Amino acid sequence: MSNQTAVSQNTSTTIPEASTGGTMMPLLDVRDLSVSFVQYTGGLQMRFLTVITSLSLTVRPGEILAVVGSSGSGKSLLAHAILGILPNNARISGTMLYVNEDLTPERQMSLRGREIALVPQSVNFLDPLMRVGFQVRSAAHGSEAAKAQRRVFDRYHLADQVKGLFPFQLSGGMARRVLVATATISDARLVIADEPTPGLHPAVVKETLNHLRELADEDRAVMLITHDIEAALTIADRIAVFYAGTTVEIALVADFTDNGEALRHPYSKALWRALAKNEFVATPGAQPSPDALPPGCLFQPNCKIATPECASVRPKERELRGGMVRCIHAA
Amino acid sequence: MRMGSALIYIGHKSVRLAVLLIALCAITFWLVSQSPIDPVQAYVGADMMRVGPEQRAEIAEYWGLNAPPLERFVRWGSAVVHGDFGTSMIFRRPVIDVIQERFTASLVLMGAAWVFSGVLGFVLGIIAGARQGTWIDRLIKCYCLTLASTPAFWLGLLLLIVFAVWLGWAPVGLGVPMGVPADEVTLGDHLRHMILPAVTLSIIGVANVALHTRQKLVNVLASDYVLFARAKGESEPAILWRHGMRNVALPAITLQFASLSELFGGSVLAEQVFSYPGLGQATVAAGLRGDVPLLLGAVIFSALFVFTGNLLADIIYRFVDPRIRLGGSV
Amino acid sequence: MSYTDTTINQSHISQLPRLNRRQITVLVMAIAAALLLGVVIGGFLLSNEKLMTNFEERSLSPSIEHPFGTDWLGRDMFARSLKGLTVSLGVGMLASTVSVFFALTLGLAAATMGRTVDGAVTWLVDIFLGLPHIVVLILIAFAMGGGTRGVIIAVAITHWPSLARVIRAEVLQLRTSEYVQLSRRLGRSRWWIATRHLLPHLVPQLLVGLVLLFPHAILHEAAITFLGFGLSPHQPAVGVILSESMRHLSTGQWWLALFPGLSLLVMVRAFDALGDNLRLLIDPHTAQE
Repeated sequence: MSNQTAVSQNTSTTIPEASTGGTMMPLLDVRDLSVSFVQYTGGLQMRFLTVITSLSLTVRPGEILAVVGSSGSGKSLLAHAILGILPNNARISGTMLYVNEDLTPERQMSLRGREIALVPQSVNFLDPLMRVGFQVRSAAHGSEAAKAQRRVFDRYHLADQVKGLFPFQLSGGMARRVLVATATISDARLVIADEPTPGLHPAVVKETLNHLRELADEDRAVMLITHDIEAALTIADRIAVFYAGTTVEIALVADFTDNGEALRHPYSKALWRALAKNEFVATPGAQPSPDALPPGCLFQPNCKIATPECASVRPKERELRGGMVRCIHAA
Repeated sequence: MRMGSALIYIGHKSVRLAVLLIALCAITFWLVSQSPIDPVQAYVGADMMRVGPEQRAEIAEYWGLNAPPLERFVRWGSAVVHGDFGTSMIFRRPVIDVIQERFTASLVLMGAAWVFSGVLGFVLGIIAGARQGTWIDRLIKCYCLTLASTPAFWLGLLLLIVFAVWLGWAPVGLGVPMGVPADEVTLGDHLRHMILPAVTLSIIGVANVALHTRQKLVNVLASDYVLFARAKGESEPAILWRHGMRNVALPAITLQFASLSELFGGSVLAEQVFSYPGLGQATVAAGLRGDVPLLLGAVIFSALFVFTGNLLADIIYRFVDPRIRLGGSV
Repeated sequence: MSYTDTTINQSHISQLPRLNRRQITVLVMAIAAALLLGVVIGGFLLSNEKLMTNFEERSLSPSIEHPFGTDWLGRDMFARSLKGLTVSLGVGMLASTVSVFFALTLGLAAATMGRTVDGAVTWLVDIFLGLPHIVVLILIAFAMGGGTRGVIIAVAITHWPSLARVIRAEVLQLRTSEYVQLSRRLGRSRWWIATRHLLPHLVPQLLVGLVLLFPHAILHEAAITFLGFGLSPHQPAVGVILSESMRHLSTGQWWLALFPGLSLLVMVRAFDALGDNLRLLIDPHTAQE
């Protein structure tokens, strides 16, 4: 596996569908991941809030996997779990493999910021009292941090004086480029972009997404966490549909066509149809509350094709037509 | 910072101070003139028995105590404008001289306590905030909350009992040794007499800044930018040093400047307990013995002191924080 | 390819169950109430005999019979402290009630009576906050000629500004809130709006303000009395007791200062904790913790 560091300017933004062959070894392999929080209520009572339930996905070098789900459904916690920066009262179970090796807390600590980088949501993720250049350099971990910083600034067309600015002085577009720069300077092989385009101008959204595509084309693995399925479809290779803390389906981008017949899960289909009809309500019904998850399929309470069996047994994930689905009725 | 806005700022603040002081003078003078305490009796003190009615009238005449309030206010006002603030009745010297001497002593005392309590409070706050929820955090929090309820003068008394009476390490009272001519008092003597009152003030002063720093640091450590710093692989000590200190220091210093009012209040009590010859003790003496000119002078200078602290706090915020200095608004 | 299937478990299961905010508040309230009742009933039941001088029992260190010791006149220090606390509680209660009344009146006036009044009140607040509390106390106690009345007025006048600010801000915010605007458009009378919308918000604020002012009032009463401006030296107030104890420090009678001050501290701490917990409880940002 090559760790390509050279800046490739001739990258295209077309979707290389053919390159997503399933033979390549995944860089990140998450299996059956669950994250829950312990909360104390009413004196001695303890309550578990399960925010991620048996989530499985893989990301390969050179591809963008988009994790798409509605806002506030705990997608960010997936990123935090991979990086090992969940709060202390979080409990994790399941397996996370990075280059086929277990991602222990110690390994996460040594990998984050070096092998695994985060592109955060907004300029609020920069220290308000620290000059931008210093914050970008601090992600470099090398002896030639200043040189590396100049290089990424050049790459993202940031003027040299930007390094002397404070975060609040950055314009929206500049801030995006700075945030991508902090991820790029570390030569990370896995880039996790957590909702990188919230409420931005369409031109800035497009630019940021193109930057992510470039990173994938340099043979890095990119995980794009977003609520914006439309944006995800323009650059991603595969889409993991996130519902109530789990991935109900992993589909190829090409599956999102026409009326969604190629899609595997009723939730994905509903999501896609809502989008195609230009409706804003993407989620049919409310997602189950994290402290009272249904015993069966998590989507069953809102599902139109649910049968009694759906309410009792939680469906296992299974391969289907080159993707993954978590529904007993999918065919 | 552009010159123009700095000038506007200074002008604005000066006008504010002038108006505040004039109002303060009028209100204070009015309050003091309501007092049923007989200034002549206060002036004569224990010699009351030996002073006849004629002498009393003479004294009142000499000090202008019989004049109508407005005339007395004007007379006092002109003394203020001339800079001597009238004559202290108990020290029989110009008020400004008494205040200069006493305020210097108080400033030394308060300065030591200010620095010590600031540094210690900051460190305690950082420790508690960084270890939020652990036993050491609870210990520091409990300590600070208890101190906030502790009468400063009682703490001073306890320190006196332990260090002066039992251990004999420190003198029981007075700012300088008794019976030693003023010019023979060494710096060491001054320091020896300053330690206990300064420690009293410091112990009390720690609470505020420590609790504030703790809360700020807890907020900073829960912020998005610290989360991102962790994601970038920065270690916890580095995060505390780079991001924690940077974002907590400024509010802590500001708070320390803004709490000069409490510091002065504490020093009045500490000076009384330790017989430290500062402005606080002079204020108490002036109040107890009806020395109106000195009391008025002390009120004005304590107001100036508090105003200066608030002004410095404001300036630090305005001119040091880049978000205000460069951005104009937050 | 070997798949390690170990479980990552960063859990912290061993955390002790903690009481929630409401339970702590109830607990603190119970402690404060018990203290208050103990002092009031104790002070009431206390016979004057206990406060009398008894030259056969002069300057005794603490014992089972005299848990706080006796002073140079043979008076039981426990009885004196208890009596002193009842005096302090009474003065503190009265002063903080008057102070809350000032704060409410001026805060409401500032928020509702136009810009001139608002400016005047804000300015008055600035003046009072521009002086150290203790200086204001000395000044007012001096103007009133000391005594119980002087202390109560001094403490009351010193403590209203910060609460008045809170009330002013609260009322201003309420007045511009949508539901008050709506009521106004629906033609509700000012009285209706005041009693249905403003009062329910202000009463908890005032209550907490009162509880938080109370310990400060006690502390400041003790301080001003200690300095000699407050209660008469013939009253066994804590400030008087501590002031007297200074004259006997060098004889090593530590109990004269330690216990009365400590009981004051416990009292103040209990009410401070009560006020803080109540404040967190009524604040919607922290109430659900």
